[in-house]
Amino acid sequence: MTAEKNPILFGRTAGLSEKVNNFCPGCLHGIAQRLVAESIDRLGLIGQTVGITPVGCAVIAYEFYSCDMVQAAHGRAPAVATGLKRARPENTIFTYQGDGDLASIGMAETIHAATRGENITVIFINNAIYGMTGGQLAPTSLPGQITQTSPYGRDVKVAGNPIRVCELLSSLDGVALAQRVTVNSPSNVRKAGKAIRKAFEYQNEGLGFTIVEILTTCPTNWGLAPNKALGWLEDNLIPYYPLGVYKDIKAGE
Amino acid sequence: MGEKILMKGNEALAEAAIRAGCRHFFGYPITPQSELAAYMAKYLPKAGGVYLQAESEVAAINMVYGASAAGVRVMTSSSSPGISLKGEGISYMIGADLPGLIVNINRGGPGLGSIQPSQADYWMATRATGHGDGQIIVLAPSTVQEMADYARLAFELGDRYRMPAMILADGLLGQMMEPVELPEPIDPKSLPAKDWAVTGTQGKRKNNKVNSLRLAAQDLEDAVLERYARYQTIKETEQLAQLELVDDAEVVVVAYGAASRIVRSAIMLAREEGIKVGMIRPITLWPFPTQAIQAACKTAKAFLTVELNTGQMVDDVRLAVTQGLPVSFFGHSGGVVPTPTEVLVAIKKALAGELFHILPFRSKLEAGD
Amino acid sequence: MAKVTVSIEYCKGCGLCVQFCDQEIMQLNTEVITQKGYHPAHCVDQESCNACLNCAMMCPDVAITIER
Repeated sequence: MTAEKNPILFGRTAGLSEKVNNFCPGCLHGIAQRLVAESIDRLGLIGQTVGITPVGCAVIAYEFYSCDMVQAAHGRAPAVATGLKRARPENTIFTYQGDGDLASIGMAETIHAATRGENITVIFINNAIYGMTGGQLAPTSLPGQITQTSPYGRDVKVAGNPIRVCELLSSLDGVALAQRVTVNSPSNVRKAGKAIRKAFEYQNEGLGFTIVEILTTCPTNWGLAPNKALGWLEDNLIPYYPLGVYKDIKAGE
Repeated sequence: MGEKILMKGNEALAEAAIRAGCRHFFGYPITPQSELAAYMAKYLPKAGGVYLQAESEVAAINMVYGASAAGVRVMTSSSSPGISLKGEGISYMIGADLPGLIVNINRGGPGLGSIQPSQADYWMATRATGHGDGQIIVLAPSTVQEMADYARLAFELGDRYRMPAMILADGLLGQMMEPVELPEPIDPKSLPAKDWAVTGTQGKRKNNKVNSLRLAAQDLEDAVLERYARYQTIKETEQLAQLELVDDAEVVVVAYGAASRIVRSAIMLAREEGIKVGMIRPITLWPFPTQAIQAACKTAKAFLTVELNTGQMVDDVRLAVTQGLPVSFFGHSGGVVPTPTEVLVAIKKALAGELFHILPFRSKLEAGD
Repeated sequence: MAKVTVSIEYCKGCGLCVQFCDQEIMQLNTEVITQKGYHPAHCVDQESCNACLNCAMMCPDVAITIER
């Protein structure tokens, strides 16, 4: 028997709209966004999903998905997600937030949604800088990192220390999954996709708050070509923000 | 139906909101609105709803934003300092054309101020609840019955015009008890579906987007002007005011909420003395009832505005009054409540043709100076 | 062998597909300028494609389609 095989080995997922994204050339946001869209598609969730975009580079990402979308105020996506999920628990809800949005102005909303165990999935894009506003110091900028607002490098005595979000949230009882991944190589992209799908599955099983932190690049504001930015991520970001599963309530099952 | 029960204003409002089909409440503790949230915490779960105490006022209003985007009737309540924090979310709700009820049990300000009854948030409610070029509907009850009645009205107007609605009351109305006849309950499932809501496409329609961002200047102007056209319709059709003894009044007092109750007592004292005075009580603070004020200009000789602040609504009265009639002001601030006798003195000064803006010279007024 | 197509509409010429192609058959086409002003990627040797999908995995603009 010769079953007709799908000739398309890889193509645009139905989870994405047809619009060209607004991200700079070589920015890994695009990969993360594609993985989220692909995950809801592969899990058959497009029709029941509502995504929430932040303020930052992904602010107009409501244009790039094919599911229902909401745009939230800076940092408030987890609160907006809470309202959506409490109103319609049958829907799958995700937020997509950068480091400034999630870990600075929205830290209270993040921590409280996590500790309440809100059944939502947070996709956290950590590239250690504010992208949209032009490359300022982020809560996750590394010690010594030069940004527009730390022109002599981040002095932790003045600007304080970076925040490791997955480690921080993993202590909270409401968190079902906290995993840090990156998308700097094809194998890591596959692992990231798996983590995102796991997060959505946990949400739909009602297990609690799920967060997938994705280390990405910002070629424009790091001042590096896309390929060089991948190297900087490997050499600097990953050592400070180790990849791995920080909490998985199903681990050991 | 028809049975009256004794309730606190805050609780009557809460019960009426549930009966209006509201099943979602997000809030943060603050005096003097506590009874409202406590009532919701007790009775919403029994009605199959959700009471959630948020981590902050900011989070609470953004939860309202999310639930409203999902298409349900939703509310929050707070008091002045908390409403300042909600300003962000209210602006986003205006910008994304989302309905929702915000209750402000107004207390004295600025800053932490006091917890006494106050109308110091009139400007914030009617001029700038949040940033940007937009408005919210503002309703001002003056009795416990109206706390209940306007809760339903606020949901209906909000849904009809796709915009937030506020009930602006104060601790006096919130915490006093009066007999109230509660409205018949509405089943939330019987409310019309909102085709713009984000409920999941279910593969049956194009995706919906709830959003206040319009990056292109022309797109934003178009959105603002579309909203402005709605505001014009509201101004023309939704003004509400209660008129008391205005027909023959030479002095028309304009007062809302708790202040109107004191003014009513003052008018009774004045009428006993044969003074022809009446009252216009704005029910909608936005849209401001200019039509009622302008109609009264045909017979009135002077207007007097009485507020629990240093003079805020008086601006709107002056904008509404035609034919150059004098508009005077009397008020107390900080949570101090005027006495009917004080207001009577002010009425007499207005009748005598004086134009004044009086703040609490309590001793002078009581002496009849 | 597989067929690699790069959409000129989506491609921003970042070159990540070029970097991650083990067969070294992806290149930026300097003879073409897209509407947004980029040199788009293209496959210069379809015969050698082993359908590993690395280029598509690393494309931030989801510009690449790979067919059998």
